[in-house]
Amino acid sequence: MSGAVDIAGEAHPALRWPGLWWPGILAAITWAAAAAVTQGLPDQVDIIEWTQTGNVAIAQAALAGLFLVLGLTARLLPALHRRVVPLGPWLVVLGAALAGWQLLTAKFSVLPMPFFVPPQQLVEVYQDDWRRLAESVLASLWLLARGYALGAAVGFVVGVGLGWSKHFGYWAHPLMRLVGPLPATAWLPLAFFLFPSSASASTFLIALATGFPVAVLTWSGVASVDPDFYDVARTLGAKPRFLVLKVAIPAALPHVFVGLFMGLGASFAVLVVAEMLGVRSGLGWYLSWAQGWAAYGNMYAALLVMALMCSGLITLLFKLRDRLLSWQKGVVKW
Amino acid sequence: MVNADLLTAPPPAETPLPGVALDLRHISHEYRLKGEPLPVLDDVSLTAVPGEFVALLGPSGCGKSTLLRLVAGLEPPTAGELLVDDAPVTGPDPSRVVVFQDPTLYPWRTVWRNAALGLEARGLLRQQKHRVDEALAVVGLDGFASAFPHQLSGGMAQRAALARALVNEPRLLILDEPLGKLDSLTRIAMQGELVRLWQAKGFTTLLVTHDVEEALLLATRVVVFSPRPARIRAEIKVDLPYPRHRDDPKLVELRRDVLGLLGVGDATQ
Repeated sequence: MSGAVDIAGEAHPALRWPGLWWPGILAAITWAAAAAVTQGLPDQVDIIEWTQTGNVAIAQAALAGLFLVLGLTARLLPALHRRVVPLGPWLVVLGAALAGWQLLTAKFSVLPMPFFVPPQQLVEVYQDDWRRLAESVLASLWLLARGYALGAAVGFVVGVGLGWSKHFGYWAHPLMRLVGPLPATAWLPLAFFLFPSSASASTFLIALATGFPVAVLTWSGVASVDPDFYDVARTLGAKPRFLVLKVAIPAALPHVFVGLFMGLGASFAVLVVAEMLGVRSGLGWYLSWAQGWAAYGNMYAALLVMALMCSGLITLLFKLRDRLLSWQKGVVKW
Repeated sequence: MVNADLLTAPPPAETPLPGVALDLRHISHEYRLKGEPLPVLDDVSLTAVPGEFVALLGPSGCGKSTLLRLVAGLEPPTAGELLVDDAPVTGPDPSRVVVFQDPTLYPWRTVWRNAALGLEARGLLRQQKHRVDEALAVVGLDGFASAFPHQLSGGMAQRAALARALVNEPRLLILDEPLGKLDSLTRIAMQGELVRLWQAKGFTTLLVTHDVEEALLLATRVVVFSPRPARIRAEIKVDLPYPRHRDDPKLVELRRDVLGLLGVGDATQ
C-alpha cells in the first residue's frame, strides 16, 4: 500500500534485468553435455555402425541453445515464463538422462549391445522405417476404433438396460456375472476359429474387453441415481423415455466415464495380443515381427510410438469428459 | 426478492387458472418393512376448496409426507379414494407440482434448464421459453439463469426449485417442508414470498411442516396429525388477515393451542 514511497529511490522496475530462469540454464548445461558426449566420444562399432550419431548431437546442441535463450529471457515475458516453469526440472533431468543413456550404450557398451540401443538407433529406425510404422499405427487405430466404439455402445446400452429394466436384468445379469469376468483374451483361440476373418475376431475381442467395464459402471451409475430425481420429473409430467434419456443417463454419466476409461485400458491389452497372435498388421504385429528379426531398435521405436498413441487416446477421452461433465467442476474434486 | 410488480399487478387478462378442489376420502396407507406392514396413514379424510392454503402439521415421521406423495400421484393409496376436482388421481400430473424439502435440482443442468424441466418433459419448451424467464424473475433468480446448482446458496436453490414448479402454472402446489433446511432469516423471507405467490396465482396449496409458527403464518387452515400412523387430530381455521405477524396475540394464542394438541404445550410455557 505504501509502495509509491518505497520504490521512489530505486530504478524503474522495467529497466532492471528481472533475473535468470535457472532451470533453463541448467537444462542448457545438461543438454550441451549430452551433445558433447554424443559427438565427442567414439561409438563402439563392433556390431552396428550408426549413421545418425552426428545428427543426434546437433539436435541436442540446438535444444541446449534454445534452453539457454529461455534461461536468459523467460522472465522478461510473464506469459512464456508461466508456460515453461513447470517443465524446468524435467528438461534438466532429460538432458542428463540422454547423456547417461548415450554413455551406457553407444559409448561404453555397459548395457549389452543388440538388446539395448542408443538414441541414434531409434532415430535411424524412424528415418528408415517410418512408412511401415505409420501404417501399423493406422491399422491399430482403425481396429481399436471399431472394437472400442462397438464395445462402448453395446456396453452402455446393456448397462442402461440393467439399471432400468427388471426384465432385462433378469436375463442379462446372470450372463454378465458368468461371462463378464472372463478375460477377453481367453476367447482368442475360439474367436479366430469362429469368425470369418482375424479382423472381425479382433474387433469382437476388443469390444468384449471394452463392453464389460462400461456395462457394469453404467449399470451402477443408473442404479444409484437419486430416486427423488425421478419423482421430480414425474410430477412435472415426464414420461419413461424422458426419465431414461434426460434423467438416468445424464446422472449416470460420471460413472459411465469411469467405465470408458477402464474399457480403454483393457482394449489396449487385447489389441496388442490380438495383433501379435492373429492380425497381420498393427503395432502389436510390428513388435512381434521386429522380435523375429531380432531388430531390438525397431521394438523400442514401436513401443515408444505405442506409448504415445495410448496416452494420446487417454488424453482425448479426458478432454471429452471435461467437456461433457463440466458441471462437475466444483461438485467433485478431479 | 420477489418481483413486486409481477405480484401486486392486477390479474392479467388471461386470469390465472384457479386452484383445484381436493377431496381425500378415508385414505389409509402402509409400507412393507421386512415383510411386516407398517401403517403410516390411518383413515385420513380431508377436503380443500379451490385456492385454499392448507398446512399439514404433525410430529416428524408421522406420515404427512406420504400423504403428499399420494396426492401428487407418485403412489396409489392402500385404501381410500383421492379426488382432485372430482376426478380420481391415477398418476402424477403437471398441474399438481411438488416442491420437496431438498431442492433436488439436477446438478448437470443450469438453473434455467432446471426450471425448464416441466416444459421440456411435455414438449412445450420450444414455444413457451418465456415462461421459464418469467418464473425465474418471480423468484428473483433472473440473474442466475446460467449458474449451476452447486453455485447457489440453500435459499437460492430452493427458489430455483420453486421456479421449476411455477413454470407449469400448477393448480395445486404441494410443498413438502420446502423451508425446513434453510437458515432462519432466509426462511422468514421465503415464507412471505410463498404467501404473496399464493395470493397472486390463486392455486390451492398443501404445505407439510412441523413448524407450528410457519403453519399459522401461512395457512388458512391447519390440520394437526397424530404420531404415526397419522390420524387427523384437529382442524383449525386461521382467519387472520395477511400479512400476519408472529407476535400477533391471536396467533400466539393459536400457537399455544396447537402445541397443546401436539402434546408439547407445557414445554413451551
